[in-house]
Amino acid sequence: MKTINHHIPEALMVAYTAGKLSHVYEVVIAAHISMCDRCRADMSAHEAVAGSVMETTKSEALSQDFKADVLSLLDEPFEAPAPRPARQGIYPGPVIEALKNRDPRWRSVGMGVKQDILSEGQEGSLRLLSIPPGQAVPDHSHTGMELTLVLQGSFLDETGRFGVGDLEIADDDLDHSPVAGDGDTCICLAATGGPLKFNSLVPRLLQPFFRI
Amino acid sequence: MSAIGCSVSGREFRKVRNKFDPELARKRKPLMITGAEKILADRPQPPASQARFFQAVPSKSGTAVTKEREFTVQTEWMLAIRDRKDKSAFAQLFDFYAPRLKGFVMRGGAGAAEAEEIVQDVMLTIWRKADQFDPERAQVSGWIYQITRNRQIDLARKGARAMPEDLAPDEDHEPDSAQIVALEQEASKLKKAISGLKPDQRSVIEHAYLGELTHQEIHDLTGLPLGTIKSRIRLGLERLRHELKGLREP
Repeated sequence: MKTINHHIPEALMVAYTAGKLSHVYEVVIAAHISMCDRCRADMSAHEAVAGSVMETTKSEALSQDFKADVLSLLDEPFEAPAPRPARQGIYPGPVIEALKNRDPRWRSVGMGVKQDILSEGQEGSLRLLSIPPGQAVPDHSHTGMELTLVLQGSFLDETGRFGVGDLEIADDDLDHSPVAGDGDTCICLAATGGPLKFNSLVPRLLQPFFRI
Repeated sequence: MSAIGCSVSGREFRKVRNKFDPELARKRKPLMITGAEKILADRPQPPASQARFFQAVPSKSGTAVTKEREFTVQTEWMLAIRDRKDKSAFAQLFDFYAPRLKGFVMRGGAGAAEAEEIVQDVMLTIWRKADQFDPERAQVSGWIYQITRNRQIDLARKGARAMPEDLAPDEDHEPDSAQIVALEQEASKLKKAISGLKPDQRSVIEHAYLGELTHQEIHDLTGLPLGTIKSRIRLGLERLRHELKGLREP
């Protein structure tokens, strides 16, 4: 695996560990951790901290019979959980889960750029983006934080170069213009807090049509 | 819902169990020196700082004998549950964790009855998913925290929490009690450091992991007082991961 240079910052990891991120962001974080040993170890470290906090929290007395009730349930039959989806090609397990085990359905949004919207709703949107080498993604801004994880190829923007496994975090004041790097088509997983907004006129007119 | 991000196959755990339970291994191969015995014989003697791992237990004749306990009681309980479905170990683990979990969940705003429902679900998950517990990668308390949080998310919203891929099972990995002991030592320092925090610092960490702060609120804090110990745990886990990967990818 290539070296990953852009990781999950501490505040985001704490929020993920504590279950405070909306689902679209969770998928991107879980996909990055699936590709990144360092962040997997970091997640375990946060869970260790949280576990220690739990262990040193003041106890609350249990109600009578509670223990006996729980112990009596140990022999009850239970359904084993379905196995978690594994990585397929460039797509880590959490992306396969978000794709609901289908292949990506690419829809053109112009200039060779394609997308597949995996989910869109009140809590934000999650999409796969495919950008041909050297192609710029139309200048856009977005409501709330945008997380972008590179699954194939690379892109460059005002903040640096992002290769496979790298995670870019853009807040809503960053108007950035990512350009796909040379080589493979750049395929990214992107989550935003709301729909993307394009800053030039033509894409903005197309926005309702393409839902980009 | 899967309980942990890093799980290992049942086959590997059966191997681990045999190594960790010399009694079982001996019964199986009475005339041979087993791998488990070799590991136990080769294991370096614990330093004096690990004296807490030795527990005095009464012998049948009534005199106390010292029985070597390799890991913390919590880990020993969990291994007994995982490897032998030991209900008395589960009862002990329950006595230790259930009141603490109830306290923790209630600190997060749950009422007493709701908290007990969550504690019951978590305790049953611990029993049912015990085969996913890997003491080389997680402390019992961290593992339980994660199960608790997943359960709370399941109750709070539609759709399970997105979780990282499980690590690929590594059939060749020999259980490494030194790694478990090292992780436990780091965790014990971590616990001590957390107990020593000033009340306001502890409160910040508690609120963050109880899920009471939004990402933005955590982001706006000028740095959580987690100190260097968390980094050491992280580095230890990262090193282990690299070692495992080195074994898998020749």
